[in-house]
Amino acid sequence: REDPPERRYRSASGAAIALRRRQHSASCRELAVRCPRLQLRSLSAVTSAVWLAAYGLFVLTQNSMVLSAAIFVTLIGLIIYLHFMKVDQESLLVIGSLGIQVTSSYASGKESTTFIEMGQVKDVVINEAIHMQKVIYYLCILLQDPGDPQGVSEVVPLFQSSKPRLDCLIEVYKSCQEILEQRKTAPQSSGIK
Amino acid sequence: MVLKVFFPSCCSSAESGILIGRWISEQNSAVILAVVHFPFIPAQVKQYLSEVQRVTKVSVSVLGSWSNSKQEKEESLSEFLEDLGTIFSHEPWIQISKEGDSNFWSCSTLQKHSNNPKEEEIILVYYDQRKVMLSHLHPPLDTAVSTDHQADDASKLAAIFDTVAKSKILFMTDRYDDGPIKLTHWQSDGVEASIIVELMKQASVPACMLLTFLLSLISGICRSRVLKFWPLSFLWSKLSTCEQLGHRLQHLQVISSDKKAQNQTQLMRKANIFVSLLVDVALGILLMSWLYRKNRIGHLADTLIPVADHVAEELQDLLQWLMGAPAGLKMNRALDQVLGRFFLYHIHLWISYIHLMSPFIEMILWYVGLSACLGLTVALCILSDIIALLTFHIYCFYVYGARLYCLKIYGLSSLWRLFRGKKWNVLRQRVDSCSYDLDQLFIGTLLFTILLFLLPTTALYYLVFTLLRLLVVIVQGLIHLLVDLIDSLPLYSIILRLCRSYRLAAGVKFRVLEQQDGKPLRLLMQINPLSYGSVVQTYRLPTYSCYPKDTWTSLCKKLFLGELIYPWKHKGEKQD
Repeated sequence: REDPPERRYRSASGAAIALRRRQHSASCRELAVRCPRLQLRSLSAVTSAVWLAAYGLFVLTQNSMVLSAAIFVTLIGLIIYLHFMKVDQESLLVIGSLGIQVTSSYASGKESTTFIEMGQVKDVVINEAIHMQKVIYYLCILLQDPGDPQGVSEVVPLFQSSKPRLDCLIEVYKSCQEILEQRKTAPQSSGIK
Repeated sequence: MVLKVFFPSCCSSAESGILIGRWISEQNSAVILAVVHFPFIPAQVKQYLSEVQRVTKVSVSVLGSWSNSKQEKEESLSEFLEDLGTIFSHEPWIQISKEGDSNFWSCSTLQKHSNNPKEEEIILVYYDQRKVMLSHLHPPLDTAVSTDHQADDASKLAAIFDTVAKSKILFMTDRYDDGPIKLTHWQSDGVEASIIVELMKQASVPACMLLTFLLSLISGICRSRVLKFWPLSFLWSKLSTCEQLGHRLQHLQVISSDKKAQNQTQLMRKANIFVSLLVDVALGILLMSWLYRKNRIGHLADTLIPVADHVAEELQDLLQWLMGAPAGLKMNRALDQVLGRFFLYHIHLWISYIHLMSPFIEMILWYVGLSACLGLTVALCILSDIIALLTFHIYCFYVYGARLYCLKIYGLSSLWRLFRGKKWNVLRQRVDSCSYDLDQLFIGTLLFTILLFLLPTTALYYLVFTLLRLLVVIVQGLIHLLVDLIDSLPLYSIILRLCRSYRLAAGVKFRVLEQQDGKPLRLLMQINPLSYGSVVQTYRLPTYSCYPKDTWTSLCKKLFLGELIYPWKHKGEKQD
């Protein structure tokens, strides 16, 4: 079994990310973006900063509770960060005629998945947004408004934590559109039949 | 168009036979429900299917053939399977065959009537029949409200979930049943019987009847005319305990009603109410057992009176301080003295009232403590009422202060308009200009000056007593929040989510299984459970009391203008 090729890109903030494409079948494709890994340097910097501050307080107050509280705070903070905030990989599974599944897996192994049925998907587009002081591009799924065939009821942004740059997004966009176009041609052919 | 075959994973080891299920043509997908084994008589199968169709209202039909050959593929069998397609005419005829222990099945379709035999792509989706049958799909919260009729025909997954759930009757036969037709599908290992469960089921009917009778009796007494006379009804509406008891009475009526819950939502509501009541009563009894051990009630009563005394003394000190020069402010001495004496006399009255009560406090507490067996929420409501009764003097001070302050503010504002040659036009609800006489202006200015110079004294009293009142209101609000939390938390749903997470489905997720070239794509459909936040949001029980009806800005405005503020109650009535 060969490993699918990984392509290296950069995120909006300049960190290295990797895009992996997997073609499961003609109408099923998986696109996974691996976010930058957790840096040991920043982790140790934060931990030592908290502990230094706690030690400073301990020297001032002579209360050893401060030290144990600092240990607890770092431990619980780390758990919360790994379980709820640090996203390891974001993947997009596009299955023609079934739907699009968005998965983000957290560093602790937790996975949060949303599946959007093909009937609800109107289109997948690249959009622009202002983030802090710069304009970034992002990929999003437009959901069909059930009442109005032209309208868009909701916009689901993709790859929110990795924030890939435009070149990576175009790659993902093309892959998605290839499958979405199959959907558009299919009902017509069945109609002729 | 891609053909989707939803295949129950429990049938993967079934012997060869035919596939029965539902064909959803608009989605081009087949939901397979069961496998019928060889040998069978086609007429019997057709009759069985029509019977199932009549009961379940799901158009179940024979969709294709299934061959599970342990050894080499036999030529005769495959021909025979193709021939079956002519007996059970279905378009398209799905053929799934499994060879040996291979995970990769070959899957093909036969279309007899179309003249262009186009190669269709097939996706095999495995699903867990039991979980899908038992789960309840929750539509997204925002779309469920807006367009429910459009949502259900748009959603493909809902149709699949619905099909499997409706054909529950198909799965009822367990593996020991011998019918004319041999089926493979999800089966329970026989119905589990427990004596305790059966006895409880038997006992629940008379228990519910008894409860209904008692409840009708109690509600009859509550509605009787004796309790509706003015002072009593006024009193009932002010006590939060009465409202909590009424709320619980409604809950009991919902539980004990003999009407069957019509849908999932009502069933969950009943179960949630039941569990919340049980937990509430259990906590209440725990509290009671703690209270009545080691004469804790007596200790409580012994400390309550000194605390009330102490509060009164502190208030007296505070008033003495206000009557002097508080925080170095120079007040209007005469008004200060008048107000201070008035409040001091009030405290004096209050202390004598407390001392009159003191011999009975322990007895009252003892009997009131018994009510904890009705639930922790009732006990908490009683606590809130007791706090309200014991701080009645603070409430009175607050009302006097607020009324006086309010009067001054309104007087000042209208005189300020006079000062500028304007007046408030009541008919047009606006400020008009108006020419006043010299006398009017003179008197108005004089009154304005007097009011303005007296304002700081009243404002100070108002400020101090408002702060005290806010303290009491916050304590009562916290107690009511706790009561609300116990009342509204859908415990049953949360436990269900914790232990049987597939029962509450928010949707599905797919996992791509291993692939082999030339074989159809295989997906595993799993149930995506509802998040805890949306469980609470969906199944929250409605409560009687609610959140502060004022926003922060309107509260501040009311405080500034000296309008009365009330604790967080729904009817906007004061609690005293």
